[in-house]
Amino acid sequence: MTAAIFEQPLRLAQIPSLNYTATTDKFDETWQAPLATLLGLGRAVGADFVEFFLERKNYISCLAEDDAITSISPSLVSGAGVRVFKGGSDCYVSTNDLSFSGLKDALEKGLAIMGLQIPGPQASISEINLEPLRDYGTRRGKDNWLASCPSMQTMGDVLLEANGALAKKADHVQARRAAYFRDWQEVLVASSDGTFARDVRLTQSVGFNLLCADGEHRSSIGERLGNTGDPSFLTAWDYTETAEKVAEAAGKMLYADYVESGNYPVIMANHFGGVIFHEACGHLLETTQIEKETTPFMNKKGQKVAHESLTAWDEGLSAEAFGTFDMDDEGMPVQRTLLIENGILKNFISDRAGEMRTGHPRTGSGRRQGYTHAAASRMRNTYIAPGEHTVEELFASVDKGIYCKKMGGGSVGPTGQFNFAVDEAYLIENGKITKPLKGATLIGEATEIMNKISMCSDDISLAPGFCGSVSGSVYVTVGQPHIKVDNITVGGR
Amino acid sequence: MTIKTAKVQTIAQQAEAIAQKLNITKYDIYGSSVDETSAQVDKGEPKQVKASNRSSVIVRVWNDQNQIGVTSTTNVDETGLALALKTAYEASAFGVKENAPDFSPQATAPAAEVKIEKAEPASVPTLVETLVKAEKGVLQAHEAITSVPYNGIAQREIERFYLNSDGAQRSEERTYASIYLYGKTDQEGRKPRAAGAMRIKSGLSQLDVEGCTQEAADKTISHLDYEKIASGKYPVVFSAEAFLSLLSAFSNMYNAQNILDNRSLSTADSLGTQVASPLLSVYDDELHPENVASETFDGEGTPTRRLPLIEKGILKNFLHSAGTAKRMNAEPTGHASIGAKVSVGLNYLVVEAGDQADEAYQIDSADGVVLIDDLQALHAGVNALQGSFSLPFDGWLVKDGKRISVESATVAGDFREVLKGIQHIEPVAEVTAGGICPRVWVSELSITGEA
Repeated sequence: MTAAIFEQPLRLAQIPSLNYTATTDKFDETWQAPLATLLGLGRAVGADFVEFFLERKNYISCLAEDDAITSISPSLVSGAGVRVFKGGSDCYVSTNDLSFSGLKDALEKGLAIMGLQIPGPQASISEINLEPLRDYGTRRGKDNWLASCPSMQTMGDVLLEANGALAKKADHVQARRAAYFRDWQEVLVASSDGTFARDVRLTQSVGFNLLCADGEHRSSIGERLGNTGDPSFLTAWDYTETAEKVAEAAGKMLYADYVESGNYPVIMANHFGGVIFHEACGHLLETTQIEKETTPFMNKKGQKVAHESLTAWDEGLSAEAFGTFDMDDEGMPVQRTLLIENGILKNFISDRAGEMRTGHPRTGSGRRQGYTHAAASRMRNTYIAPGEHTVEELFASVDKGIYCKKMGGGSVGPTGQFNFAVDEAYLIENGKITKPLKGATLIGEATEIMNKISMCSDDISLAPGFCGSVSGSVYVTVGQPHIKVDNITVGGR
Repeated sequence: MTIKTAKVQTIAQQAEAIAQKLNITKYDIYGSSVDETSAQVDKGEPKQVKASNRSSVIVRVWNDQNQIGVTSTTNVDETGLALALKTAYEASAFGVKENAPDFSPQATAPAAEVKIEKAEPASVPTLVETLVKAEKGVLQAHEAITSVPYNGIAQREIERFYLNSDGAQRSEERTYASIYLYGKTDQEGRKPRAAGAMRIKSGLSQLDVEGCTQEAADKTISHLDYEKIASGKYPVVFSAEAFLSLLSAFSNMYNAQNILDNRSLSTADSLGTQVASPLLSVYDDELHPENVASETFDGEGTPTRRLPLIEKGILKNFLHSAGTAKRMNAEPTGHASIGAKVSVGLNYLVVEAGDQADEAYQIDSADGVVLIDDLQALHAGVNALQGSFSLPFDGWLVKDGKRISVESATVAGDFREVLKGIQHIEPVAEVTAGGICPRVWVSELSITGEA
């Protein structure tokens, strides 16, 4: 963008005549002048803090069903959001219009909502002194990521080959799906504390969903892999290995009995088993929960909240993990945050509003689905650290229990009650897996379950996931080693 | 630029000009624009106010091989439309060759004339004041209610349109306002309890804020005295909201696209078969006068309508798009969402009330019955392809007509068995945001209480 030059101080009446010409293909230094002006306007009017978030997104998904590509769906998104803070309150206004006047209209709407009156035409506007562009988008070849991603033709070819491999591995197949998406996102954050930062993200996922049927017996198993930052992720996918895994699980679950409800000791597998910590504890460590007073952990920092065998992290740094990025959606460099160490609560997951309202320092965790959402404190790559036991030791400690090999989704309610579906479960008898079970749901209280995780093995593994919450759906990683929960309620029939 | 300012006619003209330049002869466009304001409060003070004006269109382009390509964009000016049409044309090279979607034969058929009540937007201070008052009402209802952690008030103005290169062109506008309140208790030595309520109407002035406040407070208070429930089999009564949740979660039973994809509990031959108790009749009725958010046409321009799904327990119809209707020799039903793969979904469910009250099924004198008010975590606890569910719920164990809140429990079963196990449908239906339904009594389901 370029702008007409005015003598300082800039007067409010001069703003409409500023002649900014936006670059439309990249968020670069030319956005500094108009955003500095608008941020200055917001502060001059009386806002305590103003932030702009600009986004461009180029998304495509591809679906293969059985032996045909049935959907290729590109989506082009651009927009901006402006957040205005005054006292303990804030407002967020979003728009598709990235022109200077569009951004100004959004800002003025936000200021009006906060009850801030636009001053007279001679009021002076001090532009905000933004830092030189902190451009994470130039790291690791990010500016070439989009061009390096697979073409539509390649997407289709890989998915059809993969679905063919799945057909060879599975029995009693009723329907096969292979799905891929690529989400390329460019963001720019400018705020009245001088933040001016850009990032480019590339998130991809690919996987299978297999439905098997034999008479009245049915099983459906899905498996998804995720990646950030590797344009060759799809073409490097070992779909044969994934197909074998999915086909084996679907075959075992096809004739499984329904689990008998009750209370059992449970061994939860590593990888996506980490969803238990994500739901039962992770969400309750977000400062948004402290703000709502919906977490039992709100005054427990420094206190024992979990079994002494449990240490847990949340970070955005693990190479190519699904919740990895260089800066959060408030322009803060990503961090590694120790949540729980040997059972003691060490830190919360905090964003800007969380720091302001709860006092817990920001952790680079301000995240959002896109420009239509204000950022909130959200998890990134969240996992239980490996312990000292072997997996065999965990199984050997159970006389009769449930092995939850593959977890489904779950949620936690405002009172700390959580629930998880189990997609693939087995009965454990005398330390051995004896038969497959289906229809299990794990339910419990967050504060209680954390003290029942008594053994952690040494085989940590991470898995991609999608987390929906107050600021929309974001990409996350869950993870853990195999863990033993001494007892938990299992809903079934 | 938003659709409101661009106007559908302008978009149609621009699309036609761009299509000619790109040698595109067949296309259609579905678009919508939302102007929205919402607020949340915290103990009498505004916490966050959000405003949004966003638009999006999705374009479909057919190439000369009759393959289809699709692109969606939030940029609805001429540049954005041109890029979307061009990208969709490129994508069409990879479109399906068999059973490719076509225009709906009903895209130009007359749509229902529905009286649409449009409300003027309220000011932000009015929204906030309304919500603050409602929050206060919940907090003052009982000393144990210490917060209303989830609350919100919103008003939306929605415009949507469909047009195609054969001259079809439809558009409509609508407004609605909504409020939700979720109270939470905090008592020494007791577990926190929570419950809520919501309302939706065409505008703020029509919204029953007082009723929502009262319901949220009453429900929260009703869960104060809770007990564990012993695991076992219980007769179950589903509230309107809970039963509608189940009907929606297993909608693949009446979804033609799911059937064609082999991802349904039904097959093409299931029509005319007994799938439920003869007591049950279910309709999808987007145009029902109680449906505040009703739409007169779907994503393919097909007029919406009242469609019998189950009548007296017999499966009567499937939900169709233009494409599924063609493949199954049926009519499109107004349930399509446009996309690279057209999807089919429910609109507004209406479960018919039972004929008459039955002394044997009175909740206020029932004994040993579980009344389920709200099913939770349907995204996780429903296996729609197997027909099974295992779900946490809010509800009460009814003993001698007295309701005792269930501390924490799940209900599990098979959807098809639930439908066949219906014993009674109450004579009075309740209007909810998602549909209309009376309370439904089911013979026995597994309840697991937390130890």
